[in-house]
Amino acid sequence: MIELEGVTKIFRPRHGDPVRALDDVTLAVKEKEFVSLVGPSGCGKSTLLKLVAGLVLATSGTVRVRGREVREPYPDAGFVFQSAVLLPWRTVLDNVLFSIEMLGRPARAHRGQAVALLELAGLAGFEEKYPGELSGGMQQRVAICRALVHDPGLLLMDEPFGALDAMTREEMSLELLRIWDERRKTILFVTHSIPEAILLSDRVVVMTPRPGRLARVLEIDLPRPRRVEMEFDDRFRRYSEEIRSLIAIRSAGAAARRA
Amino acid sequence: MRDRLVGLLLPVGVLVGTLVVWEIVWRVFNVPRFVVPLPSGILVEGWQWRGYLLYHGWVTLYETLGGFALSIVVGTPLAIMLVYSTTLRRALYPLLVVTQAIPKVAIAPVLLLLLGAGEISKVVIAFLVSFFPIVVDTATGLAATPPELLDLSRSYRASAARTFIKVRFPMALPFFFSGLKVAVTLAVIGAVVGEFVGSDKGLGYVIVSATSYWKSNLAFAAMLVLAAMAVGLFALVELCERLVCPWYTVAREDAEPAAE
Repeated sequence: MIELEGVTKIFRPRHGDPVRALDDVTLAVKEKEFVSLVGPSGCGKSTLLKLVAGLVLATSGTVRVRGREVREPYPDAGFVFQSAVLLPWRTVLDNVLFSIEMLGRPARAHRGQAVALLELAGLAGFEEKYPGELSGGMQQRVAICRALVHDPGLLLMDEPFGALDAMTREEMSLELLRIWDERRKTILFVTHSIPEAILLSDRVVVMTPRPGRLARVLEIDLPRPRRVEMEFDDRFRRYSEEIRSLIAIRSAGAAARRA
Repeated sequence: MRDRLVGLLLPVGVLVGTLVVWEIVWRVFNVPRFVVPLPSGILVEGWQWRGYLLYHGWVTLYETLGGFALSIVVGTPLAIMLVYSTTLRRALYPLLVVTQAIPKVAIAPVLLLLLGAGEISKVVIAFLVSFFPIVVDTATGLAATPPELLDLSRSYRASAARTFIKVRFPMALPFFFSGLKVAVTLAVIGAVVGEFVGSDKGLGYVIVSATSYWKSNLAFAAMLVLAAMAVGLFALVELCERLVCPWYTVAREDAEPAAE
């Protein structure tokens, strides 16, 4: 569904040197696949998401989604960010329908879909509440519903649980898997957390910083549905160690090159 | 509710206490009344001149409101232009700062010369004093839209106008209102400064003429009306803020996190 071919992105700030955020990235993501991008800060994970969304254009190389080259944003993608960024003056339901309104479609026709999604996300009965009345975890669920309400084929998530506490985070991961089970989408999921990436994904893409490169792509061969207890599984532990060592070696190498 | 009652009673109590002490000290030390009058004398004479104060208060009020309205009408679009156009921002912002560096009291006589001693000159001075905070605060608010929301709007290919109406402007409303609150009290000052410089109407005129006849009771009463007017206008803007963006005032008042 998504094909990146030799994608390089160089940012040229008005002051200072150009920054090579991504360097020669080639990656293919299949339809309905759950792929995580892991790596330290500055490895271009978020830039990669924006490239796929068409919010940022590649300096060289091509980004294709469903065979079409991405040159501008398109409505077939939903976005979830680290902070929920809900609109505080809108009710939960109207926040979900925000996507529909921004797309210029009739909100009323999608009301049923929005209510169903909120129910799926465990927010039945909260439709008329305001974001200020919800906890961080609940707000992020609303943001996920907002990203799904127009039924996009692709869900882009930029550290969606990064601002939540550890307990809520784990709960949200399982929640996301449950929602994904009901509404199969292609998901690109950026995270700092190695266990989170393994628990959720079909494949984990390990990236290294400055310039952002793909270090390795790991197939996660664990049965679904995934459960938290799998963290104690030997395979889980091996994946975890492998990713950790990849990041450590490459970062040390990068540090040595800079020195 | 109880908290709000205490919040109201405390400052009133302090005020009344101060007035009582003032009255007692002045009586004990026999301070000349024409220099600083007694609180009781101000109230009595203020009541005697109520019609006169009301008339001149009305003049100052509409000069103030005229200037305030003008600063909203000019300041808000100006703020929008400054945020959306880099060129305009670079061209106008330094000039705006320069206009603010000139003391308004210094412009007042010149403006009176230009526009005459009537109400128009006071409206213009009130405007000049009060539009700057509206521009700065509204522009700050518009620029503070979370970048994620702008990305989101762009990913839906929403037009700039739709993004402005549905996201940026409502997001900036709390900033807009804090600009209005500063502006409205400044507008009162602007109108009075204009009246000081030259007029035959308004509370500024009352204060100048009363003091020149040693009628300090009346001058103080006029100041009292002026203060009440400024506080009233401020409260009115705050009420509008509550009505227009309740989510903001509610969040500010009970900063308790919601339960899971």
